[in-house]
Amino acid sequence: MALSGMRGLSVFISDIRNCQNKEQERLRVDKELGNIRTRFKNEKGLTPYEKKKYVWKMLYIHMLGYDVDFGHMEAVSLISAPKYPEKQVGYIVTSCLLNENHDFLRLAINTVRNDIIGRNETFQCLALTMVGNIGGREFAESLAPDVQKLLISSSCRPLVRKKAALCLLRLYRKNPDVVNVDGWADRMAQLMDERDLGVLTSSMSLLVALVSNNHEAYWSCLPKCVKVLERLARNQDVPQEYTYYGIPSPWLQVKTMRALQYFPTIEDPNTRRSLFEVLQRILMGTDVVKNVNKNNASHAVLFEALALVMHLDAEKEMMSQCVALLGKFIAVREPNIRYLGLENMTRMLMVTDVQDIIKRHQAQIITSLKDPDISIRRRALDLLYGMCDVSNAKDIVEELLQYLSTAEFAMREELSLKAAILAEKFAPDLSWYVDVILQLIDKAGDFVSDDIWFRVVQFVTNNEDLQPYAASKAREYLDKPAIHETMVKVSAYILGEFGHLLARRPGCGPKELFGIIHEKLPSISTSSIPILLSTYAKILMHTQPPDPELQSQIWTIFNKYGSCIDVEIQQRAVEYLTLSSKGAALMDILAEMPKFPERQSALIKKAEDTEIDTAEQSAIKLRAQQQAQTSNALVVTDQPTSNGIPPANQLGLVKMPSISSTVDHDSAGQELSLENGTSSKVDSQPPADLLSDLLGPLAIEGPPSSSVQSQPNTNSVLEGAAVEATAIVPAGEQANSVQPIGNIAERFHALCLKDSGVLYEDPYIQIGIKAEWRAHHGRLVLFLGNKNTSSLASVQAIILPPSHLKTELSLVPETIPPRAQVQCPLEVINLHPSRDVAVLDFSYKFGNDMANVKLRLPAVLNKFLQPLSVSAEEFFPQWRSLSGPPLKLQEVVRGVKPLPLLEMANLFNSYRLTISPGLDPNPNNLVASTTFYSESTRAMLCLIRIETDPADRTQLRMTVASGDPTLSFELKEFIKELLVSLPPATRAPTQASPMPPVAQPVSVPTVESNDPGAMLAALL
Amino acid sequence: MIRFILLQNRQGKTRLAKYYVPLEESEKHKVEYEVHRLVVNRDPKFTNFVEFRTHKVIYRRYAGLFFSLCVDITDNELAYLECIHLFVEILDHFFSNVCELDLVFNFHKVYLILDEFILAGELQETSKRAIIERMGELEKLE
Repeated sequence: MALSGMRGLSVFISDIRNCQNKEQERLRVDKELGNIRTRFKNEKGLTPYEKKKYVWKMLYIHMLGYDVDFGHMEAVSLISAPKYPEKQVGYIVTSCLLNENHDFLRLAINTVRNDIIGRNETFQCLALTMVGNIGGREFAESLAPDVQKLLISSSCRPLVRKKAALCLLRLYRKNPDVVNVDGWADRMAQLMDERDLGVLTSSMSLLVALVSNNHEAYWSCLPKCVKVLERLARNQDVPQEYTYYGIPSPWLQVKTMRALQYFPTIEDPNTRRSLFEVLQRILMGTDVVKNVNKNNASHAVLFEALALVMHLDAEKEMMSQCVALLGKFIAVREPNIRYLGLENMTRMLMVTDVQDIIKRHQAQIITSLKDPDISIRRRALDLLYGMCDVSNAKDIVEELLQYLSTAEFAMREELSLKAAILAEKFAPDLSWYVDVILQLIDKAGDFVSDDIWFRVVQFVTNNEDLQPYAASKAREYLDKPAIHETMVKVSAYILGEFGHLLARRPGCGPKELFGIIHEKLPSISTSSIPILLSTYAKILMHTQPPDPELQSQIWTIFNKYGSCIDVEIQQRAVEYLTLSSKGAALMDILAEMPKFPERQSALIKKAEDTEIDTAEQSAIKLRAQQQAQTSNALVVTDQPTSNGIPPANQLGLVKMPSISSTVDHDSAGQELSLENGTSSKVDSQPPADLLSDLLGPLAIEGPPSSSVQSQPNTNSVLEGAAVEATAIVPAGEQANSVQPIGNIAERFHALCLKDSGVLYEDPYIQIGIKAEWRAHHGRLVLFLGNKNTSSLASVQAIILPPSHLKTELSLVPETIPPRAQVQCPLEVINLHPSRDVAVLDFSYKFGNDMANVKLRLPAVLNKFLQPLSVSAEEFFPQWRSLSGPPLKLQEVVRGVKPLPLLEMANLFNSYRLTISPGLDPNPNNLVASTTFYSESTRAMLCLIRIETDPADRTQLRMTVASGDPTLSFELKEFIKELLVSLPPATRAPTQASPMPPVAQPVSVPTVESNDPGAMLAALL
Repeated sequence: MIRFILLQNRQGKTRLAKYYVPLEESEKHKVEYEVHRLVVNRDPKFTNFVEFRTHKVIYRRYAGLFFSLCVDITDNELAYLECIHLFVEILDHFFSNVCELDLVFNFHKVYLILDEFILAGELQETSKRAIIERMGELEKLE
C-alpha cells in the first residue's frame, strides 16, 4: 500500500476508516473541520505545507459527502502560490470544490492567465487543466486567444498543446463566439496533420464541436479526417503505445468518424472512395474475439462506422450490409452488443428507409422487450415505437399493452404515452383506438397523463360514428368493481355526452347510467366532481320526457353541492340547478359539445418536446429532422391511393373549419353567462389546450340552429374539396387567411434570372433568397424575416424536390422572434437534366392566422448552366460529331413570341446560353453554346442553333445537341418554353412540368398566383 | 462528452468524483446516491449501460469498485466502456496492482492521473506510457 506522503493526511484518513459507525465518522469529520477552520482563521501561522495538507483534507471530507462551506478562498489562494506543490493543490482542489458559477473563481482569472501565458510549462498545464474542467464564459472571453496560441505554437511540447486543445473546446462550448472562424479553419486543418496522437485525439474532439456548429467553415478538414482514418484503420501507422489490444487507437478512430458525420456529403470522389474503402474494411473485418476488451474496442469502432455509413447514405450494398450486421447483433446473447444493435437500428430508421427490412426482425425485437435488463427493454421499446406503421400497429400496440401490466413503474409512463401515440397515429379504425386508450387507462391509470384521455374525448366528439361504440365501451368499464379515477372521468364524460345513444340497450337507461356513475362519486377526488356534475346535467337534459324521480335525485345532489367549498363545484351545481329548472329550454341550452378544432396532438407534441441534452447536437437528429419533414410530405402525397386507410395524423379531426367554430362557441357562452349574471369569469380566448376545454364549464350553446347544424355540411364540402382539389396538398389549406404582397409568380421569374431577391412577402413575413451556383451544386440561403413585433409560431418549411434534385434544408426554427431574421441554408444537387421545379411548402402561424404557401424555388435548369463561348474551330467538329436523334434534336417551333433577333440573343445570354455572333454564316440564325452540369452528366457541352424566318417571326427551327439524350430533350423543351408564349392549359400533354420560366414576367392571372393550391395543381 | 466520473465502492462510498458540468453541492450528493443505487444491484449479465435522467451511465465493476461515467446519449458507449478499462490499467500500472486502499490513501494522486487522462470531459491521452511518464515528471517536482 502506497502512502500519501503527507502524514497528517494519512492519519486522518486512517481515523476515518477506523470509525465504527456513521456517527463516529461525523464526529471525527466535525472535529477536523473545526480544526481546519481555526487554523485558516489565523492564517499567519500557516506554512504552505500545512495549508496544502488542510486543503487536501477538505477535499477528502467533501468526497465523503459532507458539506464544506468554507475554505474555498484558501483553495483558490493556493493557485497563486509561487511553488509547484502548493499551486498544484490549489488548482486541483479548486476544480473539485468550485464550479464555473462561483464568484471566487473570477478572482483567480488574472493569476490563471499569467500562468497560461507564462513560461513555466508545468504551470501552464495546471492552468489549462483547471480552465478546461471548470472554466465558464468569463474565462472563455478573456483566455481563448491565449489558449489558441498555445495550441498552434511550435515551441510548446505536445503535453501543453493537447491540454490547450481541450481547454479551447471547453471555452468554445461556453461561448462559441470566442473562436473566430476566419483563419482558424486552416489552423484546424493543419492540426489534423499532427503526428502526436495525444494532440490529434484532443484536437479531434475540438473539431467535432466546431463542425457540429458550422461544417461549412471547416470544409477543408474533411479530407484530412479521412486521411487520419486511413492512417489508423488501414495503414495501422501508429506507435505501439497507441494501440489498444492491437487496435490502433479506437478512440481516435471513433472521434474521427464522429467528426465526419457532421459533413452533409462528401463531394470529392477520391476522398469518398478512400473513406468507403476504410469503412468497408471495418464492416467486414471486425470479428468477434474472446478478449472482452479487444472485442469492445473493435465494436466501438464498428458501431461508429455503421453510423457513418448510414449518414453517408452509402450504396445499397453497403447499407444492406449494415442492416444485416444489426440484424445479427440484435439476436446475440452478449447484452452490450444486443443493446447497441437495437439502439442503432432505431437510429437507422431515422435516417434511411429500411422499415421493411427491420420489420422482419419484429419477433426478435419483441423478445428483447421482455428481457430482464431494463436498459435493453428501453431500447426495444424505442425501436418498436420507431418501426411502427399502419401495417404492424395492431401487433405492436398489443404487445405494449401486454407488457404494461408487468412493466416496472419506471417505464410505465413512457410506455403508455408511446402506446397512446401509436394507437392514434396508426389506428386502422377508430374503435380500435378507443379500445386501446381505455385499456391503457384500465391497466395503468396512474401513468396515463390527462393528455391521453383528453385526446380520446376529442376523437369521440368529432366522429359521430364512434360515439355509440365509445359510450357502450365506457358503460362496460363502469361495471368493473374497482376502476381508476381517470376511467371514471372519461366514462362519465362520454356517457354524459353520448349515453343517450344507448338508451334502448339494457342497463343503459338514464336512471341506470346515473346510478352507476353516481356510485363512483364517493371514491373520486374533488377535482373530478365537476365532470360528474356536468354528466348529471347532461343526463337530465337527455331524459325526455323528464323523469321526475331522476330529476329530484339529481336536484338533491345539485342542492347539496350548491354550498360546496370548492368554487368550481359550487358554481356548476348552482348553474345546473337553475338551468335545469327551466324545463324544456334546457334542451336548447345544454346541447351537445361542439366539435373540437383540429390541433396537433398534445401527446405527439409532448413526445417531440422531450429534449435531449448533449454537448454537441446530434448529427443523426439534425439529419433526421430534415428527412422527417420531407418524408412526411411524401406520406401525405400518397394518401389518396392508400386504399382507404385513414391518413396517419388526421383521423378525422382535420376537416374542421378551426377558428370560426371555437369563436362561435365561446361568444355564445359569453352571451349567455352575462345574461344569467352568475358566471364570474368567462374566458374569451379560444382555449389554449385540451385541458381548458374539458375542465372548463359545460359548453353552453345558443339555439342549436346555427353553428351545430351547419357543421356537418361545412364538413362534407371541405372534405370533398380536399380530396379532389389537390393530391399533394395536405388538409389545412382552408386555414390560409394571409394575403401575399406582390405577385408570387413575378418574383419567381425574376429570381430565375437573378441570384438574390425576395421570393415571397406578406404582412407578417418576408422570405428572401440568396443563391450561389457552382457546377451541379447550389447553395441557397432562405432569409425568413419576421416583420412584426410578435413571434411567428409553428414555422415549417419543407422542400418538395422533384426527382432530379437532391435537396437538404437545414433546420428551420419553430418560431421566429419579433423583428428577427433567420437564415436557413439549403443545399441543392442536380442529379440529372430536368425542367421540373422544386417547391417550398411553407407555413406559419401568426396569432390566429395560419398561412401556408407553396412556392416554386428558382433552382431551375439554367442555374446549372455555365456560359461558354466557342470558336468556329471548336463548334463545327462537335456539331458534326453529334449526329441526329437522340443526341441532336430538331423541331420547328410555331407560335413564338415575335422578337427582334438582337433581343432574342439577349434573352439567350441572360439564361447563360452564350450566343456566338457571326458563327453562323446566315445573319438570320443564332448559334449558342453552354455547359450543363449534373451529377449524372457531369460537365456537358450543349450546342444550339436557331434558324429564324425573317418573313414570319412567329416560327423558327431549333436544333439542340449534347452528349446526353435527356439533356438534349430537356434543354430543347426548356428553350421552347422560353420562346413560346403559351397559356399553361394548352401545353403539350406530355409535360408534367412547371410553368415556363419566361424572361419577362408573364401574365399569370393574379387569382391563380394568389392561390397556392391552384398554383401547385398547375405545377403538377 | 463525459458529464461526470464516479468511483464508488459497493457500500456507496465515493472514492473519486469529478464533474465536468457545473452542479450544486446538493445536486452532486443526489447524483452520487442515485448512480450508486442504479448500478449496484444490476446483474453482472446485464449491459454496462443504463439510462440516467437525460443521460446515460456507462459503468464497469472491478472487485468491489464501480467506475461510472455519465455521458451524452449520443456518445459511443463501447468507446467509453473501454475508456474505463484503460483508466483502470493506468491506475494498476501506477500503483502496481491497484486496490481500493491505494485509491483511498492516494486520492489526490488519482485526481492527478485523471487530469492527465481526461480533460473538459473528453479523452486527452490514450497512451498508458505517456501518462505514467508524465506522472513520474510530476512526482519529481514535489
